[in-house]
Amino acid sequence: MTSEDLLSSLPRPFDVGGSSFFSTLQREAPQAVPPILAGEWPQEFRSQLVEGTTVLAVVARDGVVMAGDRRATAGHIISRGDMRKVFPADDTSAIAISGAAGPAMELARIFATELEHYEKVEGEPLSLEGRSNKLAGMVRANLPMAMQGLVVVPLFAGIDRRTGERRIFEYDPVGGRYRATESAATGSGALAARATLKRLTDPEADLDAAVRTAVEALFDAAEEDSATGGPDLIRKVYPIVAVIDAEGYRELSDDDVAAHVEGVIDARRR
Amino acid sequence: MATPFYVAPEQMMKDRAEYARKGIARGRALVAVEYEHGVVFVSENPSRSLYKTSEIYDRIGFAAVGRYNEFESMRVAGIRLADVKGYQYAREDVTAKSLANAYSQALGAIFMGGEAKPYEVELLVAEVDGDTGEPGHELYHILYDGSIVDESRFVAIGGDTEPLTSALESRWETDLGRDQAVQVCVAALSEAAGRDIQGDNLEVSGLDATRPRRRFFRLRGEELATALADG
Repeated sequence: MTSEDLLSSLPRPFDVGGSSFFSTLQREAPQAVPPILAGEWPQEFRSQLVEGTTVLAVVARDGVVMAGDRRATAGHIISRGDMRKVFPADDTSAIAISGAAGPAMELARIFATELEHYEKVEGEPLSLEGRSNKLAGMVRANLPMAMQGLVVVPLFAGIDRRTGERRIFEYDPVGGRYRATESAATGSGALAARATLKRLTDPEADLDAAVRTAVEALFDAAEEDSATGGPDLIRKVYPIVAVIDAEGYRELSDDDVAAHVEGVIDARRR
Repeated sequence: MATPFYVAPEQMMKDRAEYARKGIARGRALVAVEYEHGVVFVSENPSRSLYKTSEIYDRIGFAAVGRYNEFESMRVAGIRLADVKGYQYAREDVTAKSLANAYSQALGAIFMGGEAKPYEVELLVAEVDGDTGEPGHELYHILYDGSIVDESRFVAIGGDTEPLTSALESRWETDLGRDQAVQVCVAALSEAAGRDIQGDNLEVSGLDATRPRRRFFRLRGEELATALADG
């Protein structure tokens, strides 16, 4: 998009996609929108596909905690040990990703831009419900890629600015949106993580306890699932833990997460 | 066969310019003043929700006077351009200069006859804390015909700006605080209007380079009252 295109992107009256960044991108810069692929992929290509693994979210009394391990795999190989899977979506919500890493990170980036774009154009931020619906639409738009094996499954959590309600939304590869009551996990280690979350989540606990629950669940997922990475104590690579409360989105420092990890390890050591 | 009337191009441009100028002069002026950490925009605007200023991108703000529907569509087009550019390249690659050029091209094309009539708008695009290496703010003033002026210190846009400019000239100093800058603007607007302009009729916003990431701010209610009160 160059400056000459400013005239072509003047808003039209009653344009339903007028406040949407994704619609603007499709119209003004179609080459930047992921293409719809066709045909079978060679096996070598599939085994090079980088996948992100376990992410989860936990509700607490004063907010929501979102966390993700740091491992990325390509086939049977560990491709990265320091991947980021939790991203701020805006001031009061976060998105975590699992599945094909490339498209998933792109989804997180487009989604964050989408929310900011809407807020700037309309002068008001989207409601939490609206944000979660928008994300469902974007996952649905990825369906042709999902059919090819590039499955992207996000997790979305945040606080509603108007009601102060804390919410978690889960998705499936075709864009189904499900509201989770207390906790949710997705990715290859989700099964193990979910068992721990079910046992430990207390929606009336404080944020610190919720962070501990999240770290415990990631620990269990790493023990049960080969594609989920545990905390790397040698290189000091810890899970990314984000907290969203009345003050907004913030990420815990490595030292804070390390303290929780140490706590979990101490409790399990015999 | 009817012969179309011949209108000399000079005359046509003159008529179009006069039409645009008259339209702009009907509305109220807006002033922008540089301060220590950024830029403030102040205008008399009784509306609580229909604004003349807006955030465009992290470091870029927008202000306009004239016909609302016209500058509103310019504002949205600017946000689109900035967001698409920032998404395709990087956030720091979105600059006020390229946006101001885009506005200038667009208004120029419209003025030259792209539309039935020229847009009756004047725009300001401001940027704080650029990556040019030197600290300083950028302030671009784009007129209805696409001409573009690179302003500094302060600028008044809209109809009758001469009394405003001289009022600002006598009040402006280097390294004003944010609240002082707002007060300078309000004093200049009041002097030019010949009456006291109250806080609830003011639209005050700006860019503050000390904020993280999104530098645009808007002062309303309590915050605005406090900014107008001290000193």
